[in-house]
Amino acid sequence: MDKNKKMLSINNLSIHYITEEGTVAAVQDMNLEVAEGETLGLVGETGAGKTTTALGIMRLIPEPPGKIVQGEIVFQGKNLLDMTTEQMREIRGNKISMIFQDPMTSLNPVIPVGEQIAEVIILHQNVNAREALERAAEMLEKVGIPPERIKEYPHQFSGGMRQRVVIAIALACNPKLLIADEPTTALDVTIQAQVLKLMNNLKKEFNTSMIMITHDLGVVAEVCDKVAIMYAGNVIEYTDKKSLFTEPRHPYTLGLFGSIPSIEDDEERLNPIKGLMPDPTNIPSGCPFHPRCPKVMEICSEKVPKDTEVSKGHFVKCLLYEE
Amino acid sequence: MHKYILRRLLLLIPVMLGVAFIVFTMMYFTPGDPAAIMLGEAASEHDVERLREEMGLDRPFIVQFSTYIKNLVVHQDIGRSYQSKKPVVTAILERFPTTLKLAALGVLVAVLLGIPTGIISATKQYSIFDSASMVAALLGVSMPNFWQGLMSIIVFSVWLGWLPSSGFSTPMHMILPALTIGTSSAAIITRMTRSSMLEVIRQDYIRTARAKGQKEFIVITRHALKNALIPVLTVVGLQFGYLLGGAVLTETIFSIPGVGRLMVDAIKQRDFPIVQGGVLFLAITFSFMNLLIDILYAFVDPRIKSQYK
Ligand SMILES: Nc1ncnc2c1ncn2[C@@H]1O[C@H](COP(=O)(O)OP(=O)(O)O)[C@@H](O)[C@H]1O
Ligand SMILES: [Mg+2]
Repeated sequence: MDKNKKMLSINNLSIHYITEEGTVAAVQDMNLEVAEGETLGLVGETGAGKTTTALGIMRLIPEPPGKIVQGEIVFQGKNLLDMTTEQMREIRGNKISMIFQDPMTSLNPVIPVGEQIAEVIILHQNVNAREALERAAEMLEKVGIPPERIKEYPHQFSGGMRQRVVIAIALACNPKLLIADEPTTALDVTIQAQVLKLMNNLKKEFNTSMIMITHDLGVVAEVCDKVAIMYAGNVIEYTDKKSLFTEPRHPYTLGLFGSIPSIEDDEERLNPIKGLMPDPTNIPSGCPFHPRCPKVMEICSEKVPKDTEVSKGHFVKCLLYEE
Repeated sequence: MHKYILRRLLLLIPVMLGVAFIVFTMMYFTPGDPAAIMLGEAASEHDVERLREEMGLDRPFIVQFSTYIKNLVVHQDIGRSYQSKKPVVTAILERFPTTLKLAALGVLVAVLLGIPTGIISATKQYSIFDSASMVAALLGVSMPNFWQGLMSIIVFSVWLGWLPSSGFSTPMHMILPALTIGTSSAAIITRMTRSSMLEVIRQDYIRTARAKGQKEFIVITRHALKNALIPVLTVVGLQFGYLLGGAVLTETIFSIPGVGRLMVDAIKQRDFPIVQGGVLFLAITFSFMNLLIDILYAFVDPRIKSQYK
């Protein structure tokens, strides 16, 4: 397996929402890469722009108010932003799949789960309805649901089971890239681990590339190869998992680690990052993190930091590291 | 499910008794003496008095009412028309097919106009089509039936001479009444479909359907519509029930021999048994309509179906 074969590369991507309250720069000048079989973690607080990034890749940003302002999203050598609606439809659910955050609402309540899985199979594979249902039953089994339950409706399943159905839909056509938007956030802690394990196994089995969106560094540690930390629409730190955990650089990332309670620590206090996320329509000047930054310098409110490569493949957007 | 239907049917009994009581009371206190009207202007005081006794109209309210209920419950008899002497049930059932046809045509017009308009309005929210149909819907609900009926007669029968203005015998005769009676329902159904659709297309499962690579047309018709029509179904059913009972004005304007006309005439002539029977009949029809909707609901919405199990 060629680990370095590029599956997806996002270049200078900016996505804005133009609302009555003002323009929200939900994604700002983003640069990311995902290689074949690789898992990229996308980490950030609520409102950081993670879902927008995912929807941008799927070309499912609601327009209006959303708008992809600049950049390109190159998937298997082709810019998705140049594709027609037709071409995009052939990619969605087939080559790129997405798992949404809330399994309670992401399945259609009036259609049996089997049909919902079969739908994506019929759309992208050369099979008839009966064969598609057979494949759907196999997928159910694969995600650990008895295939006899194929005719049941979403309300007859628990949250964890529903997320398994969603995973079955996403993986039914063996996608090249799987985008999982906080797939475990809405689930019980015990179920979270099961679902994560399932996803990880299936991903390995199919050699799928993955973008794992989460605000949980524990999830990152478990499944990711690389991590991008987002703050207010910006990727402020981007590196492989090992160097993120051993030498985090951006003050925001350090803050995130600080907010994980440590068992060894004598001090029982959490170290959350001071302050709140900025108003999305009114992002601070200069570095968007500067009002909350413990290492703020005079220049931070004036100059917008650029990506700085602090060590090989480790990028940080912080003026501390700029020459 | 069967248990549920049985329970609902049993619930009809107190409803019917209540309706019977209210109508009976209203008729009792309505000025105008059926006996005097039956005998005409020339009748003597004595003859009228005798007829009143014969008809039992001289007895106290409570006696009259309990006799009525007793006949209803024990003999399934709700009396005969004072005027035509026909059994009330026969008189109503003779007229009912016409009213049913009118109401059904009205609902058909309303559904065929309202649901597609509502869907397009919602999928193209704030477009010119949307604004235009919302204005039309506002006009539709605000236009009184009798005014719209008269206006359409003036325009289409008198000026243009395209359509007949009275009767209900041929399809040509049915166009104006069906449009008149269906307009306000169409407007209500348009609004309901639009708002329900707007609610549904924001849902996550619609995004899921798009993320599968499904065509937008299928996303709307298969994924959104099935969910959005659940509340619309209630409105359609209620409108149908309402049209069955509310066809009075339309039937009068277009001289259609339906239950509504029968009742208006009966009220004018103080033909109490017909009025009581008519109201009772309409109440039953309306309740059945409601029950039917609830049963249909269970078929459309799997979540409700499993509640009944
Ligand atoms: N449909 C929308 N209209 C307007 N603003 C939006 C919309 N969706 C998201 N946003 C805004 O974009 C920003 C990023 O949101 P999102 O991508 O959902 O963040 P995350 O997934 O990281 O929580 C937020 O400030 C949010 O308020
Ligand atoms: Mg999100």
